[in-house]
Amino acid sequence: MLMRAGFTDEDRVIVHSPESKHPLIGEYEKGARKRAPGLGVPWTRQNFHFIQTSRVFRLVVCSFRRYLLLTEATLCHNMSTCILRAPVSKGFSLQFATTFAKKTSCYGVQRLGSTAAPQPQVCIVGGGPAGFYTAQHLLRSHKGVQVDVFEKLPVPFGLVRFGVAPDHPEVKNVINTFTQTARQDRCGFYGNVTVGSDVTVEELKQAYHAVILSYGAEGSRSLGIPGEELSGVHSAKDFVGWYNGVPGNKDLKPDLSAETAVILGQGNVALDVARILLSPLELLKKTDITAGSLEAIADSRVRRVLIVGRRGPLQVACTIKELREMINLPGTQPALDPRDFQGLREAVQDVPRPRKRLTELLMKAALEKAAGKEAEREWSLRFLRSPTHILPSPDRSRAAGIRLAVTRLEGSGEHARAVLTGEVEEVECGLIVSSIGYQSLPIDPAVPFDLRQAIIPNRMGRVQQAPGLYCSGWVKRGPAGVIATTMNDSFDTARSVLEDMESGQLDTSTPRAGACALHTLLKQRGVTPVSFAGWEKIDAVETARGREVGKPREKLVDVRDMLKVASL
Amino acid sequence: VLRKSMGLTLTIRTVSNIPNLSNWARLKHCRHLQHSTSGARCQTACRSLHTSAGLCHSDEEGAERERGKDVVNVVYVDRSGRRIPVKGRVGDNVLYLAHKHGIELEGACEASLACSTCHVYVSDRHHDKLPEPDEREDDMLDMAPLLQENSRLGCQIILTPELEGMELTLPKITRNFYVDGHTPKPH
Repeated sequence: MLMRAGFTDEDRVIVHSPESKHPLIGEYEKGARKRAPGLGVPWTRQNFHFIQTSRVFRLVVCSFRRYLLLTEATLCHNMSTCILRAPVSKGFSLQFATTFAKKTSCYGVQRLGSTAAPQPQVCIVGGGPAGFYTAQHLLRSHKGVQVDVFEKLPVPFGLVRFGVAPDHPEVKNVINTFTQTARQDRCGFYGNVTVGSDVTVEELKQAYHAVILSYGAEGSRSLGIPGEELSGVHSAKDFVGWYNGVPGNKDLKPDLSAETAVILGQGNVALDVARILLSPLELLKKTDITAGSLEAIADSRVRRVLIVGRRGPLQVACTIKELREMINLPGTQPALDPRDFQGLREAVQDVPRPRKRLTELLMKAALEKAAGKEAEREWSLRFLRSPTHILPSPDRSRAAGIRLAVTRLEGSGEHARAVLTGEVEEVECGLIVSSIGYQSLPIDPAVPFDLRQAIIPNRMGRVQQAPGLYCSGWVKRGPAGVIATTMNDSFDTARSVLEDMESGQLDTSTPRAGACALHTLLKQRGVTPVSFAGWEKIDAVETARGREVGKPREKLVDVRDMLKVASL
Repeated sequence: VLRKSMGLTLTIRTVSNIPNLSNWARLKHCRHLQHSTSGARCQTACRSLHTSAGLCHSDEEGAERERGKDVVNVVYVDRSGRRIPVKGRVGDNVLYLAHKHGIELEGACEASLACSTCHVYVSDRHHDKLPEPDEREDDMLDMAPLLQENSRLGCQIILTPELEGMELTLPKITRNFYVDGHTPKPH
């Protein structure tokens, strides 16, 4: 009957709820002649009525004061638009529909192809700094765009929550900016949804006008040397995840029983790990470091940390603030070798200011012995050493040492290369943390991925050969840079998206369903998204628990606990 | 929706949605309701909501500004080169003054010297009038892209009378930034 009337399965009608700020689209005149459906009556606007009770919309057709229920849909949270697919309902619900028609008001219906103001639907995959900064820029620059942020974990903020060291709380202030963005009407947050398995990028592309991939780098670069898989060897990403409460790292149980720990890499993450290993407990106790790791660190017997790099002092990747912190760390002393710094004073005269100040500070720490500062704990920077083997204990159950090849530099400055000299040396240690870089991973076959560089191939944030796909943050540029760099980068990608909307490259004239389309799908797959309000409940619990123990928060480290709290 | 304005107070009355009305008819209906509302004098016609340009929240501030006391005129130059003159006051923080006037100067760490997102260039003739940066500010500036001699962190600049006429230029972080052989920053 419906097919005969010219209404096909593919027809969709759009309703705008009165709660939206957009004007009603499509009204129909009272008193239009109604004839029974199925008698060749065109399914024009005149015959349709909408009946709404709270969040449920029902599309009915009027005929002789009777109502034929065609379909119904539930308005999704935060959405001011929903898509009704007609025909869906096969049965009549006359009495029900009649009662509703009398009691409630009706709203207009709009067939596709209207000239209403577009409300572009944008999806962002990844709820870390890149995701939120991209969302922020889009929302500020376009007054109609709806942005939905999908995040794998129930909790947002990515590395701001899980990467920034516990003793750097000011860096985490940016969470307030992100919270403001997330609380906006046109911004939706869907935590606990893993893109790539719970929902595919193809499905997102159908539901949204644009999909922006900002999922960062969840893997780490491997050393590629024998012994790497021994117990006692961890990536810095996992170690940091352990003390910062990443659910997947809560059972890491690093071995802190040996006196010496070796960190491979000389960037800020390496310094963070060293600092957490050597910080006095009284300082750590007042941070948001997880309870489990604090307990383990309290029993730690680590007294000496070697931070090893392949190249020299002029190539260290760390920055001055973090280095200053190490030098001034209470209860510890730097053990730098002055010979590493010979001839450097002249070499830094003409280098850019950041490198110059950093090197001068290093030299000062190496050449000046702080008076009366014999501390119990010690850290040092070992230059021109490249790991070749991780040496097992006699029973081969764990790592007990590391063999380092001695290198020399070819070339100078930032691009100097380390070349093996043939000499080796060995260091006894019980813990080896490899801090040589995070690494992005491909999450969905629909997204092009450059395995060599471990990024999504793109130009200015537009994914190559994939219209409608964009990327921002580490997955776009590689895993380097501070929050400020990611911020600028995210704004850049947002600008590309906005340009494409303006130029028509991204066709936003056809409305898309957005999160509404995924609502049923996720339910069918047994996935319960966590909204931003759900995160705020988790936040409240963590903050309350933290207050009890004198910490800014006591993080929940189990996803099940997070979900339980979010659903309260 | 019916808007009744009494001075700066905005009251909204929801008109129950009447189906089958054309927009014109609805407007007439609104007007009818407007006039028939007892006791309330409507000063504005029924029209869709809009927000006016930023107002002072406190009348006090506005009054002092009128008096010209403690006013420090500065100019922000945003990333597109647009000049935005702003009337600040002695003691104002350059970052928060920018926020008050809708200038897109980010302050991720909220003025705690833990980031470089509020990096600005200070006009040469005023740069020397600023107090020397704290070592911690210099450390953060080292991380800022496109660092120049006259770079400072906006959150550390407090307005004084001698900074009258200061120009604060936001660095142009354009896409070319990444094309020009930029080496990734440490993290």
